[in-house]
Amino acid sequence: MKKIISLMVVAVLLVAALAGCGTTNTDTPKDNGQVSGTVSTDGSTSMEKVIGFLSEAYMEENSAVKVTYNPTGSGSGIKAVQAGSCDIGLASRDLKPEEATDLNGTVVAIDGIAMIVNKENPVKDLTIEQIAALYKGEITNWSEVGGADAPVVLIGREAASGTRDGFESITDTEDACKYNQELTSTGDVVQTVSSNPNAIGYASLASVKDTVKLISVEGVTPSTETIQNGSYKIQRNFVMVTKKNAELSPAAKSFFEFATSSAADEWIIEAGAVPVKR
Amino acid sequence: MSKVKKASVVLERAMNCIFTVCGFLTIAFVLLITGFLVVSGLPAIKEIGIIDFLFGTTWASTAQTPSYGILPFILSSIYGTCGAIIIGVPIGIMCAIFLAKMSSPRISGVVSSAVDLLSGIPSVVYGLVGMIVIVPLVRETFNLPDGANLFSAIIVLTVMILPSVISVSETAIRSVPREYEEASLALGATKTETVFKVVVPAAKSGILTSVVLGIGRAIGEAMAVMMVAGNVANMPGLFTSVRFLTTAVASEMSYSSGLQREALFSIALVLFVFIMLINVVLNLIAKKKER
Repeated sequence: MKKIISLMVVAVLLVAALAGCGTTNTDTPKDNGQVSGTVSTDGSTSMEKVIGFLSEAYMEENSAVKVTYNPTGSGSGIKAVQAGSCDIGLASRDLKPEEATDLNGTVVAIDGIAMIVNKENPVKDLTIEQIAALYKGEITNWSEVGGADAPVVLIGREAASGTRDGFESITDTEDACKYNQELTSTGDVVQTVSSNPNAIGYASLASVKDTVKLISVEGVTPSTETIQNGSYKIQRNFVMVTKKNAELSPAAKSFFEFATSSAADEWIIEAGAVPVKR
Repeated sequence: MSKVKKASVVLERAMNCIFTVCGFLTIAFVLLITGFLVVSGLPAIKEIGIIDFLFGTTWASTAQTPSYGILPFILSSIYGTCGAIIIGVPIGIMCAIFLAKMSSPRISGVVSSAVDLLSGIPSVVYGLVGMIVIVPLVRETFNLPDGANLFSAIIVLTVMILPSVISVSETAIRSVPREYEEASLALGATKTETVFKVVVPAAKSGILTSVVLGIGRAIGEAMAVMMVAGNVANMPGLFTSVRFLTTAVASEMSYSSGLQREALFSIALVLFVFIMLINVVLNLIAKKKER
């Protein structure tokens, strides 16, 4: 009997303690004149990480706003803004002239894709044409691009990867790559390239470690500066698309301003992209 | 007194209810998963056409003109599993014989606990070791450009099926009546003859069960295979990069949409049918044993 009573006492105390936690949390004042509502974003699957980090950071500050993200692809995102079915469209390419007539594109971040090879590989520089020929299987031996007499091993990402989509669209090798391995994460790509002397792979610049060798493309080494000034070629813009003749809702406007401010830079870097030079 | 009795009756009934519910819960889960897979897997098969789906040799789900043929995945899964069985089962059975008949209890204990440990290692760890040790080793040994291929996957799967093959075979071998063995030895057979001509045939159905369990484990493995097989949707060859049924689902599911997503469910359905067949075989073996 005593045991039961003591158990009950403990239980009651626990509940009280937990309840205490709850009240202290909800009591903290959050909305002191802040905006509220929902911001819907729609578009590029490649921007998932950037938007994820940005919206999380934003919602931390503005708990009354909910930022949603619908991964449909750049084209669908642009159409969704035109149709007014989302607040902000996301595109991992620049707007086409006919789209730019009624839409504004604002670059929020730049996706820099680094080419990496094994440290033992003597190749230092490749042109975009050479990279495309390598990945299409037209060049199969490293000696054809100034390396040792060894077969080329092509490492890439799975079909749904945003990095793969970016790489293939920039080098114009869509659906034509003859991969030896399709890996599901950037870390796996770096690991595999570091352990195979004949391998070449691609990865977001931010996730490249010093276990592999960075290749310069047409004489330009990838870095935050060369990506920001556009001299490094394997890069593309992450664009937020808005309507020209319509006002954003207060919540969407506030999120848009946050994403294009310098406060967003650290989150963009965290997400593996390069912030825009301001 | 009667109050106490009443209370205990109520408790008895309540517990009975709880046990029954828990019992039926598993059935509910199986039905739910089966129903879900069939409902979400069939539309894509219908749209693609069952012949094109099962016997198509190209998988290009994100291409401009997508094609959804899963024959490369089916064959890779079957080849990979067969390879692992061919290498793993003899090793497993010999190990079981060693444990049950040859070694001293002390050594047996050490080996058994190693086997148990082997079965407890998470598959991602197998994959990691495979990726960092086996893949480069295969590349260097066979002088290949790349070591991530079917062969590496077979090696990793072989190690992964060993624990189930060993433990089930061992139990089967141990349960063979001692008299069989003694009779054989008394007739002048050597120990090796006795093991292979008397003990193993007597434990046949148990050993067969272990093989089927091994097949189930190998065909259902995703994580470890994904890390060593290269994941390109090629028609399988021993030293080409391949994609299994499991990894085909796992590697594309996160971003897929539309028909591609439905096709992934269909792949899962095909995999499910394979597993069902394996279970049917297991049940048949068990029934035969009873007779």
